[in-house]
Amino acid sequence: MKPFVEISDVSLMYPGAGASETLALEHATLAIDKGEFVAVVGPSGCGKSTLLKLVSGLHAPTKGGVIVAGHEVAGPIKIVGMAFQNPIMLPWRTTLDNVLLPLEIVEPHASRFRANRASYAEKARTLLGAVGLDGFADSYPWQLSGGMQQRASLCRALIHEPDLLLLDEPFGALDAFTREELWAVLRDLWKARQFTVILVTHDLTEAVYLADHVHVCSKRPGRIVTSRKVEMPHPRDKYAPDFVALVRELHNGIAEVRAA
Amino acid sequence: MEKLERAMPWLFVSGLLVVWELAAIGFKVPVFILPRPTVVAQALVLQWGPILENSWVTLLRTLIGFAIAVVAGGLLGVAIGSSRLVYRGLYPVLIGFNSVPKVAVVPVFVIWFGTGAVPAVLTAFLVSFFPIAVNVATGLATVEPELLDVLRSLGARKSQILIKIGLPRSLPYFFASLKIAITLAFVGTIISETVAGSAGIGYLMMAATANFDTPLVFAGLFVIAILGIVMYAIFAVAEQRMTFWAKRGDGMMV
Ligand SMILES: Nc1ncnc2c1ncn2[C@@H]1O[C@H](COP(=O)(O)OP(=O)(O)O)[C@@H](O)[C@H]1O
Ligand SMILES: [Mg+2]
Repeated sequence: MKPFVEISDVSLMYPGAGASETLALEHATLAIDKGEFVAVVGPSGCGKSTLLKLVSGLHAPTKGGVIVAGHEVAGPIKIVGMAFQNPIMLPWRTTLDNVLLPLEIVEPHASRFRANRASYAEKARTLLGAVGLDGFADSYPWQLSGGMQQRASLCRALIHEPDLLLLDEPFGALDAFTREELWAVLRDLWKARQFTVILVTHDLTEAVYLADHVHVCSKRPGRIVTSRKVEMPHPRDKYAPDFVALVRELHNGIAEVRAA
Repeated sequence: MEKLERAMPWLFVSGLLVVWELAAIGFKVPVFILPRPTVVAQALVLQWGPILENSWVTLLRTLIGFAIAVVAGGLLGVAIGSSRLVYRGLYPVLIGFNSVPKVAVVPVFVIWFGTGAVPAVLTAFLVSFFPIAVNVATGLATVEPELLDVLRSLGARKSQILIKIGLPRSLPYFFASLKIAITLAFVGTIISETVAGSAGIGYLMMAATANFDTPLVFAGLFVIAILGIVMYAIFAVAEQRMTFWAKRGDGMMV
């Protein structure tokens, strides 16, 4: 089977005057199977966010190519959902209307959005229920806590049933308890819906808790230096000896990358 | 406590008027230099006919100039805020334009359009459209880049992003600027009327100055202040209604 996402020998240079141009990625290669949950970890500034922009088609690579779902990426691929560290809800829309936003943009939903609004809203309410936001659909985002906003942001990323979910340090700003609750929420959504996930994080425990595959990115210019398969069954116990051992192994690997 | 807060502006103004009255009596200030509030009130009552007539003229000119400024400033703001190219081209021009004192252009308007309503309306427009344009542009230009990524990755068109994100997001900026712009528009109209007018509060005050009728000049100032406060209040209420979500509940820090 061909991989669902194929990043082949990609380099990306951010333009700038003279020496200020930045080589964010160099010879980055990564293959992701359909339905796989992949985590990309690496030091800050190594090009993790850039990698997601390449996959989503928001940026074109300077060299190399990206293939998603059998097509060379040459512009926005429209089958992605995205969530970031900052939930960026629109404060003038209720939580429900925030979650519905992608359906107003992406086809085939956009053209029938008005006619089918009720059924779309029903779908959004179900999704909000699944992440534990029952009863908050009609609240405004500024009435929700940070963790609740991040749950809503996940719903917005998934409402149009994207094949590919791109997460850029989505739990980075949350307290430890909320973060671990959201790990479980994300894992259950992924188990139930079987979309492909690329999770960018610098929390190794998070990567090992959620992912099938953990890829370690070198410091800038970034490329994937080690990949590690995680075989443990879900739900995982972050205190189990093999879990701890794997986190330590990855940690040491990153320390080497940083020193290099 | 809340009652006191509401009463504060009235208490403060009354206090100021009382101090002014007593000081003017105590220091025996001549009426033609600084009339006491009671004398000003007398002038207001005695000459309410011409005052009312000229206030109406000023108000109308201000509102017309302001309305044009809202439309032109709003459109310009959208253009600057949503297109990098327009921003690059127009921003320096706007800054330069805004640093020209508008009093200086009134005589030019008079040469072009005479001393009627047109120079006043134009001046009101000129001084008030700038803050509107800049605020709308700021609202549009500060949309979070991640949010743009979310929408662009789904294939959103520029117009969709503008309608769904940009415009609603710039509404609080827009309304905040209206409060400022309406008071500036008043200043513009009155400047024009004082430089070259044949009607309006500004003209009335100039005429009164020529007659050494200082109480009437002060009556004019009072009327302008009151009109300004009323207009500001109207737009402040509109702002509250339209952009409740931008205040997030309380707002004040004390
Ligand atoms: N739009 C941009 N223009 C210029 N340089 C950029 C831009 N975005 C990111 N960079 C640079 O590219 C490098 C990688 O950035 P990024 O992908 O955001 O890293 P990470 O997400 O791993 O922290 C950094 O050095 C950053 O400064
Ligand atoms: Mg990043």
